[in-house]
Amino acid sequence: MTILVVAEHENGAVAPATLNTVAAAAKIGGDIHVLVAGQNVGGVAESAAKIAGVAKVLVADNAAYAHALPENVAPLVVELAKGYSHVLAPATTNGKNILPRVAALLDVDQISEIISVDSADTFKRPIYAGNAIATVQSSAAVKVITVRTTGFDAVAAEGGSAAVETVAAAHDAGKSAFVGEELAKSDRPELTAAKIVVSGGRGMGNGDNFKHLYALADKLGAAVGASRAAVDAGFVPNDMQVGQTGKIVAPQLYIAVGISGAIQHLAGMKDSKVIVAINKDEEAPIFQVADYGLVADLFEAVPELEKLV
Amino acid sequence: MKVLVAVKRVVDYNVKVRVKADNSGVDLANVKMSMNPFCEIAVEEAVRLKEKGVASEIVVVSIGPTAAQEQLRTALALGADRAILVEAADELNSLAVAKALKAVVDKEQPQLVILGKQAIDSDNNQTGQMLAALTGFAQGTFASKVEVAGDKVNVTREIDGGLQTVALSLPAIVTTDLRLNEPRYASLPNIMKAKKKPLETITPDALGVSIASTNKTLKVEAPAARSAGIKVKSVAELVEKLKNEAKVI
Repeated sequence: MTILVVAEHENGAVAPATLNTVAAAAKIGGDIHVLVAGQNVGGVAESAAKIAGVAKVLVADNAAYAHALPENVAPLVVELAKGYSHVLAPATTNGKNILPRVAALLDVDQISEIISVDSADTFKRPIYAGNAIATVQSSAAVKVITVRTTGFDAVAAEGGSAAVETVAAAHDAGKSAFVGEELAKSDRPELTAAKIVVSGGRGMGNGDNFKHLYALADKLGAAVGASRAAVDAGFVPNDMQVGQTGKIVAPQLYIAVGISGAIQHLAGMKDSKVIVAINKDEEAPIFQVADYGLVADLFEAVPELEKLV
Repeated sequence: MKVLVAVKRVVDYNVKVRVKADNSGVDLANVKMSMNPFCEIAVEEAVRLKEKGVASEIVVVSIGPTAAQEQLRTALALGADRAILVEAADELNSLAVAKALKAVVDKEQPQLVILGKQAIDSDNNQTGQMLAALTGFAQGTFASKVEVAGDKVNVTREIDGGLQTVALSLPAIVTTDLRLNEPRYASLPNIMKAKKKPLETITPDALGVSIASTNKTLKVEAPAARSAGIKVKSVAELVEKLKNEAKVI
């Protein structure tokens, strides 16, 4: 049994989500190979070779794989997949974009966002916004799986010494082209990798008021997230959304400020180790999952909290 | 240009579902069903393309039970021109749905297919990408902006770090994210008119599509419950608990 992990990388570095995905592969068992596809990714491949537990790194370095266009990357993964028992990718927007395309080309159903491994062919995954957990068995010759990174503790980024092998194949479907991107610039930690997350909801009132959360986050070394309500109201961009259809986070500490706690939001954060809720409505459902609840006006409580931590 | 929109009948997003006692699934008896929210956004986007003169005809399709006619009628009331129901009694997996949609694409030859990025019941986020694979079309997933220009469509996508824009050759597949648009409500006259719009029913068999799946759900369980903790009285008490009890700051 050999498992192929499609690496997530950005700015010439292996993304943390790759380490959680290798951890899921290790739970399945067998040799682990990592595919690094992109342009000028020699450095990424070298870093990937150091990940604990990785036996081999395949590097496909070609202009066609820049920006991870699925029309080009999926045929590459399909070509390689035939020698593997499993193909795994993190359930990031990138993994979600590419892997179902791979699964359909292999004529198999994908198993999305697994949170645990029961055996080499059986996995658990949340459905209905995490209100139910399904145990799913796959009979596919090549099992195609995305991994919810919060379900698996990252393996060490250092300690391995895998061989690096070049894949010559160039697939350019010629159907899509990268035009541009606007990436959020922030000195704060990335939302899904942060140890502490401070999130705001509709109760923040407007986008400007998020400055209170940024100040608190900077004091704590935290990332800042938001509920769908806050995103829908236009307070903050969508890449800050935590929830069923946004990002899934499980930090050591999650501070929910002015968030009522709709099931769709809880789906994105209820696996956090410690949850704090600050809300003036003592009936808010968020208090049913919070370890520490504070019924207070957030505009008084948050600045005070910032001073005291 | 013809636009095909796929919609799914799912449990209403306000319903808190319960797992059945025999762990065979979730209990959907007497539960309110609706059009999947991301599919509403897909219908709205198609209607806006028609209002702009970009789309000439909107065909809406659903793969599902007989009752999915309700959601198709809703889409017709929102502005779709005609509807196709590929009737399947059992819940199909994404690949089977994508195969059925591929057969409809072959028949209808749309230039653009718009789907929701994810159904809020199975939470799979697969069908659009799979349809793109089977048709060989380009895909613009998690779209927050769609602009058709000549024989291309520019799609701005919600990605983890921000936004990415790609240019796709038509025909293409687009899956919707939340900020693409705000769906309208159907007006009463339009709901009445929708009853007279054509709705064709076919079967996967008639389309020559296999509904087999490599996935089998063995059981469905309730998640481990998280119990409520304590209410603190002040910010000072909160900080003390986080430092000394939870030890997280």
